[in-house]
Amino acid sequence: MTDTRPTTTGPRPAATPQPTVRTCPFDPPEEYRTLREQAPVTPVTFPDGTNGWLVTRHEDVRAVLADPRFGANRRAARTGAPVPADTPLPPPAPGMFIFMDPPEHTRIRRLLTGQFTVRRMRQLIPAVERIVAGQLDAMASAGGPVDLVQDFALPIPSLVICELLGVPYADRADFQRNSSTVLRLDATHEEVQQAHLAMSRHIHELTVAKRVAPTDDILGGLVRDGRLTDEEVAGVGALLLLAGHETTANMIALGTMCLLGNPGQLAALRADPSLMDNAVEELLRYLTIIQFGLRRVALEDVELGGHRIEAGAPVLASLTSGNRDATQFSGDPDQLDVRRPYSSHLAFGHGIHQCIGQQLARVEMKAALSALIDRFPGLRLAVPAQEVPMRDDMLIYGVHELPVTW
Amino acid sequence: MKVIVDEDKCVGAGQCVLAAAEVFDQREDDGVVVLLDAAPPDALHSSVEDAAARCPALAIEVLQRP
Ligand code: SF4
Repeated sequence: MTDTRPTTTGPRPAATPQPTVRTCPFDPPEEYRTLREQAPVTPVTFPDGTNGWLVTRHEDVRAVLADPRFGANRRAARTGAPVPADTPLPPPAPGMFIFMDPPEHTRIRRLLTGQFTVRRMRQLIPAVERIVAGQLDAMASAGGPVDLVQDFALPIPSLVICELLGVPYADRADFQRNSSTVLRLDATHEEVQQAHLAMSRHIHELTVAKRVAPTDDILGGLVRDGRLTDEEVAGVGALLLLAGHETTANMIALGTMCLLGNPGQLAALRADPSLMDNAVEELLRYLTIIQFGLRRVALEDVELGGHRIEAGAPVLASLTSGNRDATQFSGDPDQLDVRRPYSSHLAFGHGIHQCIGQQLARVEMKAALSALIDRFPGLRLAVPAQEVPMRDDMLIYGVHELPVTW
Repeated sequence: MKVIVDEDKCVGAGQCVLAAAEVFDQREDDGVVVLLDAAPPDALHSSVEDAAARCPALAIEVLQRP
């Protein structure tokens, strides 16, 4: 049937470039505000030159991410590393369920969700608090200034995820280098593939070893369970290792910088530590480190915001923009407000791919930020804020380094 | 209020437990939602609605009885 509504049959508006440049380190690019108001679903040219659609309102972002007519396959999900449009992409590597649609996605994710329940993650709190205290002791005895990323924000999630998965922490230099390559915007397609391969190969070796000598950890459990091939276990392991590291580490470091830059909010938190749960949600919303959003591909023609999205078109759902949408959040969503009443934010995504490790991230952020501000009442940046190197060049936003002292 | 959950849709994200622990839990082995109270008392209605809104997989349905 022909659609006669002028918005869908009229000429397609000209594509604008995807907004990528920030004016303030804590705020998303300013163009998003105008887009939300004037063109919430808009044709866009991605930095790699391909054309697709950009979705900027909270409600539409949720709708896209919850809609099975939008798939998460590899070509749609690719960001950063430019791949010429005519390069045939192989299907997702075994176990990379983030790039899969149901039923494959469901088959793999279901094997993992039991390991990341709210209850299980709460049982980890004492262990996480011990790790946090250990890092703080080391910082205190070294004396400032220190780089908060290397000495605090990165080791915490790294130690925890290695322990959970059953990956030796001693191997971290290798996989930290590889995961950072995967997330670098200027890495070539080949470099990204190589880094992925190296991570999977590493976990594959561990998997084989766990078959011989069983261990009581997530990878050991998947091996014993037997429903995944060794290759799939390796892919799942590489994905969880990557996701468990960089995301939380950047939330801790950037979250700290953000609190230091908002002294009133920091003082409120110090005065009332029970605000911390809410503050964690607010920092997740306000900072939204998945800075370019999530890519999907239309699996059929879909009507969205008065436009016809053609089958095969990539769609970028902007989490950063949706999380600043004034129609969703009370007060001024461009201000950090640790007392803002909770309202569904998009920091962990939405739909069937919503972050499987989100409860772990909450536990880690809460333990880390509470103990840090408690232990060092005089915590401050050791360099002017403008000199902190921001991760504009990475898929996951944050700081490359955060020199602090106390 | 009547609450219905769809186990097949659930992706085990635990948002419902965070929003309303009196009404939702997660199964030990696979993290799938467990409905503890299909007809929660009035005092819990707003947190149950919050849980339904937060659920990323649209696995929670809330029916309002007249
Ligand atoms: S919030 Fe939804 S997807 Fe998550 S555990 Fe509850 S019912 Fe399942």
